[in-house]
Amino acid sequence: MPPATAPDMRSQMRQNDHSSDASARRKSPGQQSPAQAEGIASGEMTTVSLKVNGTEHTVTLDNRTTLLDALREKLQLTGPKKGCDHGQCGACTVSVNGKRINSCLSLAVMHEDDEVTTIEGIGTADDLDPMQQAFIDHDGFQCGYCTPGQICSAKAVLEEIRAGSPSHVTEDLTARIEVTEAEIRERMSGNICRCGAYANILAAITEVAEERA
Amino acid sequence: MRPFTYERALDPVSAAARAAEVPGARFIAGGTNLIDLMKLEIETPDHLIDVNGTGLDEITVTEDGGLRIGALVSNTDLADHDVVRRDYPVLTRALVAGASGQLRNKATTGGNLLQRTRCPYFYDTAQPCNKRAQGSGCAALSPGAHSRQLGIIGVSDACIAQHPSDMAVALRVLDAVVETMTPAGDIRLIPLKDFHCLPGSTPEKESVLMDGEIITAVYLPPPVGGKQAYHKVRDRASYAFALVSVALIRHPDGSGRVALGGVAPKPWAMDEADAELPNGAKAVMAKLLEGARPTEENAFKIRLAERTLAAMLAGE
Amino acid sequence: MKFEEPTSDNLFDRAMVIGKATPRIDGPLKVSGQAPYAYERHDVVEDQLVGYPLGATIGRGRITAMDTEAARNAPGVAAVVTTLDIDPLEISSFNNARLFGGNEVRHYHQAIAVVVAETLEQARHAAEMIDVTYEEEEGNFDLEKAWQNGLGTDEADAETGNVDEAFASAEVTLDETYRTPDQSHAMMEPHSSIADWSDGENMTVWTSSQMIAWARKSLAETFDIDEDRIRVESPFVGGGFGAKLFLRSDAVLAALGSRAAQRPVKLTLPRPFIFNNATHRSATIQRIRLAAGQDGRLTAIEHEAAAHEFEGGGNEENPTNLTKLFYAGANRRVKHHDVVLDLPESSSMRAPGEASGLMAFEIAMDEMAEKLGMDPVEFRILNDTQVDPMNPDVPFSDRNFVDCLKVGAERFGWSDRNRKPGDTRDGLWMVGHGMAGAYRGAPTLTSGARVRLERGHLTVETDMTDIGTGSYTILAQTGAEMLGLPLEQVTVKLGDSRFPASSGSGGQFGAASSTAGVYAACVALREEIARRLETDDVRFEDGNVIAGNKAIPLEEISADAEITAEDTMEFGDFQDDLEIGTFAAHFVEVGVHAATAEVRVRRMLAVCDAGRILNPVTARSQVIGGMTMALGAALSEQLAVDKPRGYFVNHDLAGYEVAVHADVPDQEVIFLDTLDPAISPLKAKGVGELGICGVAAAIANATYNATGIRVRDYPITLDKMLDRLPETF
Repeated sequence: MPPATAPDMRSQMRQNDHSSDASARRKSPGQQSPAQAEGIASGEMTTVSLKVNGTEHTVTLDNRTTLLDALREKLQLTGPKKGCDHGQCGACTVSVNGKRINSCLSLAVMHEDDEVTTIEGIGTADDLDPMQQAFIDHDGFQCGYCTPGQICSAKAVLEEIRAGSPSHVTEDLTARIEVTEAEIRERMSGNICRCGAYANILAAITEVAEERA
Repeated sequence: MRPFTYERALDPVSAAARAAEVPGARFIAGGTNLIDLMKLEIETPDHLIDVNGTGLDEITVTEDGGLRIGALVSNTDLADHDVVRRDYPVLTRALVAGASGQLRNKATTGGNLLQRTRCPYFYDTAQPCNKRAQGSGCAALSPGAHSRQLGIIGVSDACIAQHPSDMAVALRVLDAVVETMTPAGDIRLIPLKDFHCLPGSTPEKESVLMDGEIITAVYLPPPVGGKQAYHKVRDRASYAFALVSVALIRHPDGSGRVALGGVAPKPWAMDEADAELPNGAKAVMAKLLEGARPTEENAFKIRLAERTLAAMLAGE
Repeated sequence: MKFEEPTSDNLFDRAMVIGKATPRIDGPLKVSGQAPYAYERHDVVEDQLVGYPLGATIGRGRITAMDTEAARNAPGVAAVVTTLDIDPLEISSFNNARLFGGNEVRHYHQAIAVVVAETLEQARHAAEMIDVTYEEEEGNFDLEKAWQNGLGTDEADAETGNVDEAFASAEVTLDETYRTPDQSHAMMEPHSSIADWSDGENMTVWTSSQMIAWARKSLAETFDIDEDRIRVESPFVGGGFGAKLFLRSDAVLAALGSRAAQRPVKLTLPRPFIFNNATHRSATIQRIRLAAGQDGRLTAIEHEAAAHEFEGGGNEENPTNLTKLFYAGANRRVKHHDVVLDLPESSSMRAPGEASGLMAFEIAMDEMAEKLGMDPVEFRILNDTQVDPMNPDVPFSDRNFVDCLKVGAERFGWSDRNRKPGDTRDGLWMVGHGMAGAYRGAPTLTSGARVRLERGHLTVETDMTDIGTGSYTILAQTGAEMLGLPLEQVTVKLGDSRFPASSGSGGQFGAASSTAGVYAACVALREEIARRLETDDVRFEDGNVIAGNKAIPLEEISADAEITAEDTMEFGDFQDDLEIGTFAAHFVEVGVHAATAEVRVRRMLAVCDAGRILNPVTARSQVIGGMTMALGAALSEQLAVDKPRGYFVNHDLAGYEVAVHADVPDQEVIFLDTLDPAISPLKAKGVGELGICGVAAAIANATYNATGIRVRDYPITLDKMLDRLPETF
């Protein structure tokens, strides 16, 4: 197997359309960066453009800035929460290019041209998304701090099940995956709610899933 | 987090070359472990090479009927892949037992192999840790320390950290091979069983990768069939690291393969132990965990591993 | 207003709003991410800098030197304040561990510096640059050793009858020791504050606090400044569970940083810092002895316990308190040892005392029932008491524990339970059933409010907080009920020291006390309206005030000028002659994996007796939240103490495992239809802490029932059962 059949890496790389663009490669190191914050070496800043909730933003950031801090501090979108800053709670969950991630464990500079959706892009207090309304109807939160992350995950979970992506509790990996309580619970487990609203969150998600079915 | 410069690499050749050339450079892909550790200044790169644009995110069937998994394939996409689900189900099972949906969306195949231990003393920079600060000692080995989660075999007097990956345990039982590119542009093929290093007196060295060498892919041999299972044992029901995990492939004739997670500095498997599979879990673990040197707090892992495998064998 | 005697029939007995299932009025803000938590308040003050803390890395000792030169010169740094730069700050009357100042280190991750910079990235890295030299001292970190030394020493805290004789002559006795570990509140929002003390004179702190008035007083004492110069705001609190009852280092460091940098500073405690820097629930060791006749009647109860506290006190985790009251029995002795250890400060966490006490005591009751060959439900019913068993002249105001047990047994299908331990299987899972009783006192604290009526719209202002409990909603309901207004015509403003001081949120006293405070203010408002109408016979219905046979719209009454009233509810001494408590029965089904001993809870039922339920929606959430926290306490939560180094090792949310979605099964909550006229005009008691009480023991008892293995040392992890499971499965 591999030793005999390993493809030629270089030829494969050349098929990758943008990677053969030498000029693009030259541009990459360092990036352009007017050092705005006092005393930061210009190489330690990067200008990045990303689309958040449908709006284009171009910001120059300390390379160390996480996507979460870029959203909360630079763009002042404080819906995504900082609960642990280490990928251990899920309060910072946002959608990037259609996939939910922990925005605390991603650097903003790594999101050039990405499309980010935060809770603010899902619905506002005056114009709630059905999932947000379901969380209210089922009291799927208490203190509210994990809630934006829970809702971002909840919407993604239903998409993931619909797309047939398996989970730890999926019994048959080759069969169609149903929206069951076990599937929702397992897939929501990366979002901790210390107030313990889990049972109500499950009810909210189940209702939305049923309405959509 | 220390300041660093940043660049985006567009192919693995230049990524590896740049990594060798720029002092203090590190690759970043998903970032779910590296950024976590950078915030704590456990990892302190001066320069990050973002490899997400290098195109290594394809899964292809190889000529011999195996799979080539690009190093950047996310844990989600790998678990979700039709061929993996059908022909290598132990891999899907292991992947979806790990982390959370959000983390699996970012975590990559290559990064998962390189993730670092979850030892709480490694994570607290004020504590002695030979892996983090060579020669500072191992806090986990002192009496009264907290070692419940840590390794029981393959460990040393310098370090008893365990490898936290689930994916790697399944890859081990599947006999995967890691493909890399060296800074000189050479391709290396490293069997997974030889990929991770045991700590010995150099616990800071965790893999055989040389400076600047980048993982480009993981190969799976053609499907071996059999019943495949992954059983992860943990305190809470999800979103937790394994106390013990067992990857199992078992053929109708009783032969098969076993690998353990959560017990060692690398996925733990042994041909001699596999040969004992027809004789049951006790016989397998007698070989596989022979010479184990647990602490008082984690000695239960021996019995747990044995009983977990026994349950898997009984559950068929 | 003073609450001087039990409430007779009043408008709440014919309520239109109170007691009705009401969605949270703050819901739309929370689900849309628009509720402003402390660290997020970009709009309250301009030019905010970012602070980052540095913690000590020894358990006990002294700092001999701190080199801050690199940090001070780091990019973006505006100020560095170290603990050596200032005299030790006063320890406020609400604190025990000093929050900052001086060279003495008394616990791991004690705050020893704050770095203030333009950005988080700059401040965080500069903090890492500070080089600290310590002189380490021997510390005492071992509760087990202290327990062995203290066991049986000192006078009892309370004693009635002749305990020794009762044990000597008893037909059935039990004598077991139980252990509960240190636990962390682990609320999702870290301790966070923005402080503006730029001029060194007036201080404003936007923070995350359960208790506004306490926070203000603590700040005044800590910094030795006049309380009038301090303003505290905390309209939204991302969970507390006791962690945010008292001033913590976030506000102190932000204030010091602000004074030094002469700009507002915001600071949030990094998650890995919280576990050792802030407070936790103390571990306990508890010896419980029970004596009974063959008839199942308890004749003697002895409960001796130890927990650890910081020097100077502050630990509320006295597990023996409930033992004085919960069950009948003529002879009783309780003794609690508060052991001083050099670990971080032990303090209140949800149901301090009862939570850990019932974790042990309700296992003991299960063990005793088994010894007696009795159904544990029947055993508890038999030993119910309607009076304080140590002071039989003091009755419970309203105790319906027996009904909780009976309703719960019926609803759960207790008669169909697994009866013989280890006898029921579901594939590889051993299935077990368990139950436990729960008791938690229902205290009240003085609570004030101001109400404003303008154009028929009522605004309620009080410094009460909503930490997820639903205060916004129940206070709006109270105001609506009192003024006969629809809920939409009521606005509630909370968490601001400019508003009248309330009970705050804690100790399960918040709902009862603060609604009574709003009641008092509304009574004053009604009286003012009556005075203006020159009558003393008024009713408030459908947005009108009805005087005699005339209905006048409130909109009209308050059209020209706002009508304001303010009052405070004080609770009278008559409550001291009663035991006012809340009660519950918990029923649980678990599965235990026959090979690995993993425990997974399969269903949970709580039946609660807490007087009038003000809002069934939020009350139920409080109870399921408690049940979920107790599930974690039963099965996975433990702060591991590193004994040589003296700190909690697993100090992050990966190492300290709270329950996740996948752990939590179907949860059902039933509230008994009860009223307690002795608690307040609303006859409603709190449920926020009742929900966590007893649940862990029910899980423990179910685990025993599934396996036949009795674990008396929480959390009930698989390693404690593995070597006692049958060889084959």
